[in-house]
Amino acid sequence: MDVLYGNRDDNRDDSTSLPASSPVASFFIGFTRYLAADGRALHPFPTPVAGRDELVRLYRAMVLTRTFDAKAVALQRTGRLGTFASSLGQEAVSVGVGAAMRPDDVLLPSFREQGAQFLRGVLPEEILLYWGGDERGSNYCGPREDFPISVPIGTHAPHAAGVAMAFQLRGDARVAVCVLGDGSTSRGDVYEAMNLAGSHHLPLVFVVSNNQWAISLPRSAQTAAQTLAQKAIGCGFPGEQIDGNDIVAVVDRVGAAIERARAGGGPTLIEAVTYRLSDHTTADDASRYRNDAEVSEQWQQEPILRLRTYLVGQGWWTTADEESLLRDCSEQIDHAVATYLGIGPQEPTSMFDSLYAELPPALLAQRDEVSVLHRGVVDD
Amino acid sequence: MVDAVRTALARALADDERVLVMGEDVGADGGVFRATDGLLERFGSRRVIDMPISESSFVGFGVGLAAQGFRPVIEYQFSGFIYPGIDQLVNHAGRLRNRTRGRITCPLVVRAPYGAGVHAPEHHSESPEAMLAHIPGIRVVIPSSPRRAYGLLLAAIRDPDPVVFLEPKRLYRSVREDVTDDGVALPLDTCFTLRSGNDITLVTWGACTAETLAVADRLAAEGIGADVIDVATLRLLDIDTILASVERTGRCVIVHEAVRTGGFGAEIAAQLAGAGLTSLLAPVQRVTGYDTIVPLARLEHEFIPSEERILAAIREVLAYT
Repeated sequence: MDVLYGNRDDNRDDSTSLPASSPVASFFIGFTRYLAADGRALHPFPTPVAGRDELVRLYRAMVLTRTFDAKAVALQRTGRLGTFASSLGQEAVSVGVGAAMRPDDVLLPSFREQGAQFLRGVLPEEILLYWGGDERGSNYCGPREDFPISVPIGTHAPHAAGVAMAFQLRGDARVAVCVLGDGSTSRGDVYEAMNLAGSHHLPLVFVVSNNQWAISLPRSAQTAAQTLAQKAIGCGFPGEQIDGNDIVAVVDRVGAAIERARAGGGPTLIEAVTYRLSDHTTADDASRYRNDAEVSEQWQQEPILRLRTYLVGQGWWTTADEESLLRDCSEQIDHAVATYLGIGPQEPTSMFDSLYAELPPALLAQRDEVSVLHRGVVDD
Repeated sequence: MVDAVRTALARALADDERVLVMGEDVGADGGVFRATDGLLERFGSRRVIDMPISESSFVGFGVGLAAQGFRPVIEYQFSGFIYPGIDQLVNHAGRLRNRTRGRITCPLVVRAPYGAGVHAPEHHSESPEAMLAHIPGIRVVIPSSPRRAYGLLLAAIRDPDPVVFLEPKRLYRSVREDVTDDGVALPLDTCFTLRSGNDITLVTWGACTAETLAVADRLAAEGIGADVIDVATLRLLDIDTILASVERTGRCVIVHEAVRTGGFGAEIAAQLAGAGLTSLLAPVQRVTGYDTIVPLARLEHEFIPSEERILAAIREVLAYT
């Protein structure tokens, strides 16, 4: 009979006074929030997010991200950018993740993490170039080992497990950070990646940016689980929930998870509860499936307003500071847009040139065909 | 042939510390076909890694490791379980170099035994090479002898891009050949001409090489000379060797075990029709598995192209005027 209970604790009391069924496992999912939606500090802020300088740095990064998103949407609406996924309302998650990572960690983003990418040195013009339809936009000049945006949902989670496995095998004190959306937690390969992270005790942090909507499917229909954080429990590592619109909580808890992983403490899943104030992408119309009242209510929860209220309350931020910041962000993004618009298209033959390490003879005739079509001659 | 696979894996592990062998039961068990037998003892559990059954993600884990400079060699126990991994091959492994313009590359190898003929259970006998060969950015390599298994697997592991390496399991124990463990790789993207003759070109790969060679020997006894070409690398195809042969013989029969419609033989026939039409003296014929599910063990031999079916097609092509 014992074989049926292979995992049971051999020290358990087998006395017949116990009921036939008794608990063998239990779990607890914590929720962390420091900064309330109205800008009040509910608890003392943890270091390193307690002081003015760091909070202002994070505030600036969130405003830059919002400025970028607004500009990118405008470019799309005027035919100068392809489909684009705005992170409006979710800036605290991405900026917080970027702030919590060390430069030599590796980010594996979904497609709404431009705030993290900017902090890691990806240029706004590179993100524009990518969504503008040019592969060179993913050849980041900054973080060379960071993964490009993953368009298929959650398929980058196994890559994160592989990257973390590489760190572990080499004994590097580095961490892989994988950002996912709420919808991705229903995917098998996300589970497979989490399972490997648990079984191999990998230096990997999953951040689920739960923005409540997977295009038109609400969180309530995504899973019957009480939280997305508890999906980690089944894989044998801790999961926790945070207010994803509270950048203090994001930097603190994601940072703690990253440092725990770096120290050999294994993976963590952090569910950052936030809200997608924008459409899913510029190709989506969210008014088809969610009501305005919900969105209006969520505008009271958004991350930038609450941090500004706090900063102003502390006497750390003035109207002049705000005006100056908006001007700076606007100039910076305008400059990036000008750079992006000034980059000419790739040669049509470029579609062959990075497919393999060397151009295979089998593709030469097709490449020559493209070359002749566009240039009238076979190029080199 | 399975010994040659194991010898090549051991050689690659010994020569290059970036090489990892990963998969289900590849460690203490030595793999279900014993292709990794003894590797755990010799190289340790940091190089020979038993994985949870995550067949969607094996390739994905490999993508992450390869991006970080490792050279993972991932074993699927049977090609019938590779399909969940095709998502990662198509969407990531095959395109990572291209989509980052060379910033991140993906030097991984996916190994899988494939094909019918060993009385395996259901789902264990298919030949999926054509759907894999349809994926840009990867290579699909199939050895047909122990020496080619050794040399091509070394080449696949050393290649800077992803390679799917399909091992015809019907040959694992049926074909024996001395293999010198000299660390010398064979070229990828290159056909191997196994017999030379001027009367007909027989194009094949994988386990069907055995029947095709046997038929070529029977023809030789009749004084009919056949070129037997082992395609070996399906993607990227060395069509030039095939074209050159057909230019000489004017007649071609393609033999493969996979189902016929959309099979890789169709690609070769199309390329012959495009670039070799003036050389052809007869229509190209294909001898293949049928457009059916591979039957279970009692009938699987009816599915595999037999010497008689191959011979009949050859006689028809030779008789065409």
